[in-house]
Amino acid sequence: MKKNGASIIIESLIQNGVNTVFGYPGGANIPIYDALYGHQGIRHILTRHEQGAIHAADGFARATGKLGVVFATSGPGATNLVTGLANAYMDSVPLVAITGQVPTHMIGNDSFQEADIYGITVPITKYNYLVKDVSKMGQIMAEAIHIATTGRPGPVLIDVPKDIQDMSAVYGKYDVRLPSYKPNVKGNTMQINEAIKAIDTARRPVIYAGGGIITSSAVKELVSLSRKGNIPVVLTLMALGSMPSEEDLNLGMVGMHGTKYANLAVRECDLLIAVGARFDDRVTGNPDNFAQDAKIIHIDIDPAEIGKIKQVEIPIVGDAKTVLGIIAEKVKSQPRKEWVEKIKKYKKDYPLKYKHSDKKVIKPQQVIEAVNDVIDGDAIFVTDVGQHQMWAAQYLKLKESRTFISSGGLGTMGFGFPASIGAVIGRPDKTVINITGDGSFQMTIQEMATAAHYKLPIKVVLINNGFLGMVRQWQQLFLGKRYSYTDLGESPDFVKIAEGYGVKGIKIEKPDEVKPAIEKALKHDGMVLLDFRVEREENVMPMIPAGGSIETIME
Amino acid sequence: MERRTLSILVRNHPGVLSHIAGLFARRAYNIESIAAGITEKPDVTRITIVVKGDERVIEQVVKQVRKLIDVIKVVELDYADSVTRELAIITVNCSKETRGEIIEISDVFNGTIVDMSEKTLTVQVVGNERQIKGIIKLLSFFGIEEMARTGLIALPYRSTRD
Repeated sequence: MKKNGASIIIESLIQNGVNTVFGYPGGANIPIYDALYGHQGIRHILTRHEQGAIHAADGFARATGKLGVVFATSGPGATNLVTGLANAYMDSVPLVAITGQVPTHMIGNDSFQEADIYGITVPITKYNYLVKDVSKMGQIMAEAIHIATTGRPGPVLIDVPKDIQDMSAVYGKYDVRLPSYKPNVKGNTMQINEAIKAIDTARRPVIYAGGGIITSSAVKELVSLSRKGNIPVVLTLMALGSMPSEEDLNLGMVGMHGTKYANLAVRECDLLIAVGARFDDRVTGNPDNFAQDAKIIHIDIDPAEIGKIKQVEIPIVGDAKTVLGIIAEKVKSQPRKEWVEKIKKYKKDYPLKYKHSDKKVIKPQQVIEAVNDVIDGDAIFVTDVGQHQMWAAQYLKLKESRTFISSGGLGTMGFGFPASIGAVIGRPDKTVINITGDGSFQMTIQEMATAAHYKLPIKVVLINNGFLGMVRQWQQLFLGKRYSYTDLGESPDFVKIAEGYGVKGIKIEKPDEVKPAIEKALKHDGMVLLDFRVEREENVMPMIPAGGSIETIME
Repeated sequence: MERRTLSILVRNHPGVLSHIAGLFARRAYNIESIAAGITEKPDVTRITIVVKGDERVIEQVVKQVRKLIDVIKVVELDYADSVTRELAIITVNCSKETRGEIIEISDVFNGTIVDMSEKTLTVQVVGNERQIKGIIKLLSFFGIEEMARTGLIALPYRSTRD
């Protein structure tokens, strides 16, 4: 049957199980929006900015494990996606972005709302297309979705000139045949056996788990390997939630703002089992000192990650779930009493701590703890970027995977709130809590209109210290308190802003009001913005300065 | 730092070269030369890239390149075991007195004189890296006016293997 390019796009999405799209119309994607008009198969969420749309699609993908899809027009619409694409690329999120482009004959003329989005996005997408022939539209859609969702997932961009959207072609079924793209899932048996041998003979092994655990749904395998071998687990920011917080052997986050005991475990281990993790500098500090006495096993579906930062003794290219499954089944059950005791002692001796409030000022950590008390792990937490993000990562109690969503690699301020929109659309059964800061929140604050319009019951926990807190912290610690342009000055009246957008706002200034406010917010049907005025110059501790190691930890 | 030759087979469609060149650029790997052309299969292009780097760097480059969706195959060619060729066109200053000498040099390197004016000679030469370097060195004594090089292309020797 013949269809126009725009309809082929919509039909391909439906055929691939996509029923939710985030986006923003414009001159160059009018035909796509026309194809959507009155369409029953796809729900379209209109945000207030294209950046909001792509972060929402990203949050949707992370919360559900499904593909995120975003539409934008040409030129500024497309360039507004750039941050979101880079964000999804760094965190390996499956995403397809479909942009309108000026008509084929006008490309290259500096036409109105023209930008070379294909060229711009080459370094920040897993793959991208400029469609020049409508007869290829169906094939390209099938390929794009396949590439975005398989192997190491990532964003794919398809730029579609307006005339191609209007032209017709036969639409059928498409096989994806990419001779040059075959992700290796299984892992080499000999290498896996090597790994098992190494684990069985290790006295002080540690599992270093990354976001790949969540991507490949390897949670069960991870927990079973840890329990069977009595192997402590340290998590990256991206892996939070992949092991329940209350597991004894879960040491929480590792790295710059990780727990001291997680970092000590890595320092002292004789075998590091890295899975779906990429030795990011926020984790390793100085890579030479990271797990310096350990033999390293590295399991990753992306061969280019192995050996990128650290030399590895046992490389295994494969899917985390598959490989961990085999390893967990075959390793010997071992008590590792001495090692486990030592870890337990570290956990007891170096707990996360902060100075409790003198009852006058709210401590930010206390807000997170109050959230724990009220929620008991039964929510999806979405954070922005900054101090609040690290406090959330440190103090939140999590029970299952896909309940902690955060911009890890790119560190995108403004990600959290729109990502919460995606999360709540994808998981309406869950309470969605956005933990944000006054700096981050104001970067995409207009999306409150989206939340209000669709009646999305997002609870925003705003940790408001009137500073760009993380930079201020660095200025305090390393630059003698020269707070160059990190003081945001007098805060806007967030309650009034919320009300202006038609959502509820509550301002909280006293420690004893914290918990009741959270309870109240949860009882309220719609969105609530909780503006917690907290201690202005609180720091995130512990901290290993950039490029440092456990020896240089600040507490 | 060693110089390495990578032979990369890619699906032949627009943008592929920029994907590859872009990958090198943003990871700060310095390309010494890059040459692309179609192969015996019309839908496959061979890109020959010469890069400088130690073993670890090259290993990482190869992995990153291999990861690109359009890349079918990447091999590192061993210099001693490969046919490597480059074409250079060199316009060199000359006078009546030096013309003979320049032609002599060109002959030694199997070059061809492809253009001549009152004050210049243009030499075309095909050879491996050593030969191209050699002729450039000798011609530079006369003053090279302009030069264009294609970049290296290479294939592994088969004669000694089959």
